[in-house]
Amino acid sequence: MAKLQQFNLPDLAEGLVDAEIIKWLVAPGDTVELNQPIVEVETAKALTEIPSPYAGEVATLHHDEGTTVDVGQPLITIDTDPGGTGGGSPSTADSDDNGNLIGETTADGRTAVLVGYGPKTVTAKRRPRKSAAAPSPAPTAPVAPAPVAQAPVSPAPVAPAPAPAGAVRVLAKPPVRKLAKDLGVDLTTLTGSGPGGSITRDDVTTATTTPTPTRQATAPVGGEERIPIKGVRKLTAENMVNSAFTAPHVTEFLTLDVTEMMDAVKRLKAHPDFEGVRVSPLLLVAKALLLAAKRHPMVNSTWDDAAGEIVVKHYVNLGIAAATPRGLLVPNIKNADAMTLRELAEALNNLTATARDGKTAPADMSGGTMTITNVGVFGVDTGTPILPPGESAILAFGAVKDMPWVHEGQVVPRKVTTLSLSFDHRIIDGELGSRFLADIGRFMADPGTALLAWT
Amino acid sequence: MVNGDQNRAGPKKKATTRRKKAAKTGDTEMVQLLTADGERVTHPDYDVDMTDQQYRDLYRDMVIVRRLDSEGTALQRQGQLGIWASLQGQEAAQIGSGRALAQQDMVFPTYREHGVLWTRDIDPIMPFGLFRGVDLGGWDSRRYKFQMYTIVIGAQALHAAGYAMGVTMDGKVGSNDGEAVIAYFGDGASSQGDVNESFVFASVYNSPVVFFCQNNQYAISEPVFRQARSPLYKRADGFGFPGVRVDGNDVLATYAVTKQAMDHARNGNGPSLIEAYTYRMGAHTTTDDPTRYRDPGEVEAWRAKDPISRMRTFLERSSIADGDYFDSIDEEANRHALDLRERVIALPDPSPEAIFDHVYAEGSPLVDAERAEFSAYHASFEGSGH
Repeated sequence: MAKLQQFNLPDLAEGLVDAEIIKWLVAPGDTVELNQPIVEVETAKALTEIPSPYAGEVATLHHDEGTTVDVGQPLITIDTDPGGTGGGSPSTADSDDNGNLIGETTADGRTAVLVGYGPKTVTAKRRPRKSAAAPSPAPTAPVAPAPVAQAPVSPAPVAPAPAPAGAVRVLAKPPVRKLAKDLGVDLTTLTGSGPGGSITRDDVTTATTTPTPTRQATAPVGGEERIPIKGVRKLTAENMVNSAFTAPHVTEFLTLDVTEMMDAVKRLKAHPDFEGVRVSPLLLVAKALLLAAKRHPMVNSTWDDAAGEIVVKHYVNLGIAAATPRGLLVPNIKNADAMTLRELAEALNNLTATARDGKTAPADMSGGTMTITNVGVFGVDTGTPILPPGESAILAFGAVKDMPWVHEGQVVPRKVTTLSLSFDHRIIDGELGSRFLADIGRFMADPGTALLAWT
Repeated sequence: MVNGDQNRAGPKKKATTRRKKAAKTGDTEMVQLLTADGERVTHPDYDVDMTDQQYRDLYRDMVIVRRLDSEGTALQRQGQLGIWASLQGQEAAQIGSGRALAQQDMVFPTYREHGVLWTRDIDPIMPFGLFRGVDLGGWDSRRYKFQMYTIVIGAQALHAAGYAMGVTMDGKVGSNDGEAVIAYFGDGASSQGDVNESFVFASVYNSPVVFFCQNNQYAISEPVFRQARSPLYKRADGFGFPGVRVDGNDVLATYAVTKQAMDHARNGNGPSLIEAYTYRMGAHTTTDDPTRYRDPGEVEAWRAKDPISRMRTFLERSSIADGDYFDSIDEEANRHALDLRERVIALPDPSPEAIFDHVYAEGSPLVDAERAEFSAYHASFEGSGH
């Protein structure tokens, strides 16, 4: 038989309430050693690994990757005596010993933490008084105050007796009473759902909204789903709102013939120097942006409102918007402008692979200076991207399609795409933005000549 | 990222040559006796004369405190501690300085001085009650000659300066067996008023105190170049006492420099400032994520200067220790860590009445009555208080 030890998610910093499981590093049946990393979790503060508190064999992983687990909930169960002869009872056998450890849930539902404000995971229950009527405390403790004996032991729902002076005998906190008064709700008509039968804020608001059965009647077939706003989605939303309402955005478009660039991509793929690395049109778009930025340094800058300064950066940390299972991430390639084309290709490969695996480190996502979003991979022509906060330019690269195009006086099928560039009009005027976009286009239309002319 | 750290940005000099002068970091003099590669070098003002056993002991100390520290981090991640402040990377600064102290010297630590605590032959479990939240981190400072862990940044520098003034008043300075005081703090605390005020008092009272600054490069996430435009040790000039920078990852140099400064103080020659130039390899505490503000390349560069591996190289090259010895030390460190782990998990919770325990040293009728009332109240419930 086995000896099962259940490990609950501890509070990994001071006063955290939950953590998201990013990756399990062990699987059921695996043998684990003491302090061997078992899981990678992300809290509001950090991405961190949790070391195993037991040596043994993994019996159960209680949650899937991607789940947000509350502090105090079961995380993993480990068999510390696989094939042993001990009783097979789960960790409850140990609960007396461990119930008060930091991070574990105590009998009264409180999670023990250092700083004392750990969350409760169940509704508080008071320990019952020892036979309240008995006057026993008095002799043993002369200083015991009278309230011990007098305290109303059972807060049994007190009937709203027709009290003479109109005294309302209901339990409710003052803010709840105020709310009831404001909403015109008679507290004596409610049944409290709070501790000791007290009336809660929810009871009052429910009372004002209950007589609306029409709601259910009009509910559409199929219903609705409510998804909690959190994690990457929440962060993305905050960033986008922040950026959209801080930086005045201007977006410009350029449709162009990229047949030459697509040929160059083909030739690079076959080139011995690029063996073993994926060469994509995005690589040359990135190169175009980096070279054009060098010709127009002001586009690679930040509006520092607090300092009253424009910060012009002489390096490019190139962000690439990536759709990942966790949502939109914009990891960036540090000092992309100093890289050779081969290095840039490798960096792009690594960046997207890491992002899709959900392993992007926070450091890779901070410090971006310019960004490319490759909406073309979804087959769309273009868009009006929103700037990542702190950046001044973002380029959207649309789908490359065969289109009729006037080439050397003839309408012929050519590879055509549309670029769109959003920029922060506080820093970049229409002229600069246009020149910058035109230069990107010039490179993409004829990479060879642009390279010779500019570098 | 912009790297404005003038101390590390300077051109690399020929550090490996066996020069009579100190090795260089950038443009700043730094006392070094053991290079990052484990090569023993000399310095005109500082040296150590140790037996093979003493060399081995310093290595053993560093390995054990690193292992105990990693157990602290693991215990926190497993919910057994509320928080842990790791010393990883600072072993040489702490062991070198701690072992340079005399029995009678008094230590004023921060909350990260687990290594110094070890050198005072104190049971390493002592501060764990504080990090586990089962006691208030109080212990008999006079018995251990090691004051309580101080969480308030830089406050202990004032306590140390005041205590050192007292040592002088007690007439305990002026000879080789005089008492000296050492105050530990970090680069972040160097910006605190408390620390600078301590410098003023220590200087004008010529107090027997050594201010030992472990410059681990970060005040949580704030790099030191955002706090200081000139090397920290040079601040001592303005207060009128000597300052020196030592390679804080070099246990021998740290030992030599601290010993000299403490002897200087105990003989009545006044305070000094030591800046131990080191690096916090881990997070500020378990509540911090350094990948958000540190370049991984920087961490790797410092890993190459690791205090333990350079000492190991030195011991190997000088045939002072071999693989068997190193293995036996690793094993011993593991045993200490597992023993510590079991004892930490078994630390008892305090009783609710314990809040009355240290209100007055000799009791008080009012507190006694309150304790009795509180006990009776708790006794009026069924079941246990926890």
